[in-house]
Amino acid sequence: MSVVAARRTVRKPLKRATREALYGYLTISPWLLGFLVFTIGPIVASIGISLFDTNFMDRWDFVGLRWYTGMVQDALVQKALLNTAYYSFCVVPLSTTVALSIAVLLNQGIKGQGVWRTIYYLPSVVSGVAVALLWRWIYHPDIGLFNSILAWFGIEGPRWVFSEQWAMPSLIIMAAWGSGAAMLIFLAGLRGIPTALYEAAAIDGAGTFRKFFSITVPMLTPTIFFNVVMNIIGTWQVFTQSLVMTEGGPANATLTLVLYIYRKGFQQFYFGYAAALAWLLFAIILVFVLIAINTANRWVVYERV
Amino acid sequence: MSVTTDSLATASRRSPMRPSRLALRVLLYLTVGLGGVIFAIPFYWMIRTAVMPADQIYLFPPEWIPNSLHFENFQTPFKTFPFGRWFLNSGTIASLTVVGVVLSTSLVGYGFARLRFPGRDILFLVVLSTMMLPEQVRLVPTYLLFVKLGWTNTFLPLVVPTWLAPAFYVFLMRQFFMTIPPEMDDSAYIDGCSPLGVYWRIVLPLSLPALGVAAIYAFTFAWNDFLWPLIYLTKVEVYTVAVGLRLYQSTLATDLQALMSAALMSAVPTITLFFVAQRYFVQGIVITGLKG
Repeated sequence: MSVVAARRTVRKPLKRATREALYGYLTISPWLLGFLVFTIGPIVASIGISLFDTNFMDRWDFVGLRWYTGMVQDALVQKALLNTAYYSFCVVPLSTTVALSIAVLLNQGIKGQGVWRTIYYLPSVVSGVAVALLWRWIYHPDIGLFNSILAWFGIEGPRWVFSEQWAMPSLIIMAAWGSGAAMLIFLAGLRGIPTALYEAAAIDGAGTFRKFFSITVPMLTPTIFFNVVMNIIGTWQVFTQSLVMTEGGPANATLTLVLYIYRKGFQQFYFGYAAALAWLLFAIILVFVLIAINTANRWVVYERV
Repeated sequence: MSVTTDSLATASRRSPMRPSRLALRVLLYLTVGLGGVIFAIPFYWMIRTAVMPADQIYLFPPEWIPNSLHFENFQTPFKTFPFGRWFLNSGTIASLTVVGVVLSTSLVGYGFARLRFPGRDILFLVVLSTMMLPEQVRLVPTYLLFVKLGWTNTFLPLVVPTWLAPAFYVFLMRQFFMTIPPEMDDSAYIDGCSPLGVYWRIVLPLSLPALGVAAIYAFTFAWNDFLWPLIYLTKVEVYTVAVGLRLYQSTLATDLQALMSAALMSAVPTITLFFVAQRYFVQGIVITGLKG
């Protein structure tokens, strides 16, 4: 009541805006506080910490940029970078293709779409740890699911997570099982394509495949772009799978960048190095996202009908 | 819809093509069905292992159907570790997260969507850009902060940040509030509401779908979270389900049926939530406009 009373008194054309602004800052204050304490503060602190050799207890030695110059020569950093790049470059196209294919198939007026959608999406709601435990068992070289199916066809399967060569492909195949989240986004995107476009194309005599490549794919490019960017960010942060399934092994074949950050910081207590490595991760993600954004205008169709 | 109308149109135009359209249809169902089987088999394998008699699991070649059902395998995880306690811990953390996320982000989202104040648009751009920051950059310094506060082995490091409006949900709320006609606010102002009154009496009751989406996402992410609880919770009795599951990996390595029963039980809450609230998962994508 008092608010309106105040607003209606004579001095107030200006006061209304001021009052609204005050309420504005009041409502966003939880975010502002969180931003200062849990985002900006840590970002600044992280730069500072990365200049020290510290275990956060009795060791606080200033080392300047040594962590940054040293990481170039760290063979495990190179290994982790190569492994994570391998994972990212395989998973992004693979899971995008799988998700897009399923979404397009489910969008063909199929009966029981909800049931199919559930089946394909379900792996995405299960925790990474449970999935990793399950797939470790599925990959069992002798009595696991994969190799027993391969045996039906007379193929002797590899030793999967126990093999230096096959450990990373194992994680990549497992990631494709989690394509359901992206599929759901593609399905929503497909539904957003105006029916009129297909009707017009049908009148012009376009067949199913022509319509797919001339309407569906171009109209879906913004969704594909969004998914690729999110997927790049996500895959470079891969951690749970390699920790639970292989602990980075065998012979560091699945050592990823975030796993290495975790090891250096939280297992070996070189928090300065861990902070510096996190900035390396940030720089890499930034570069790839910028590359994606810069190539976007060549293939992403933004026209709306 | 589109497909039905256009296939009708094409069918009437070229009726001789009909058999091949039928073949395409059959092929479609075969592909979707085969894909569905491939996606479902790992779940079947988990359930089959969880209820199988121990001696049957290690047979070669592996058998698909259990000879008998052994539901007592589901008791083993509870005997080895405080598995029930971990469920309580995860449930507590996830519930507190849901309350915090829903309250804080709806308030902040309301401010960004509805109130005018200097710097609003720039601040909202900041919200969006923090969504892109990998959380590992904040990992080490926030760890130092929480260690200094003496919050390790409590749920506070996991819950408190979620009460301070995580960016993704602010974005989700703001996008939804933008779709509510502002005329509703004006009539409430005329009736004497303050901006907070409008938030509480008008905007929130109209936003139950968005609140539901945020609650479900927040619960799922909190339940499945691994890296943060792994770092902050080091005592077995304060573990979450996701962190605790890892202990079974070594202790139940030779008891696969119990290991799979633990993994299966750990997934029951999020799977149940998905079945109960399936439409909210889809709605979240529509609200945020994630589709592009």
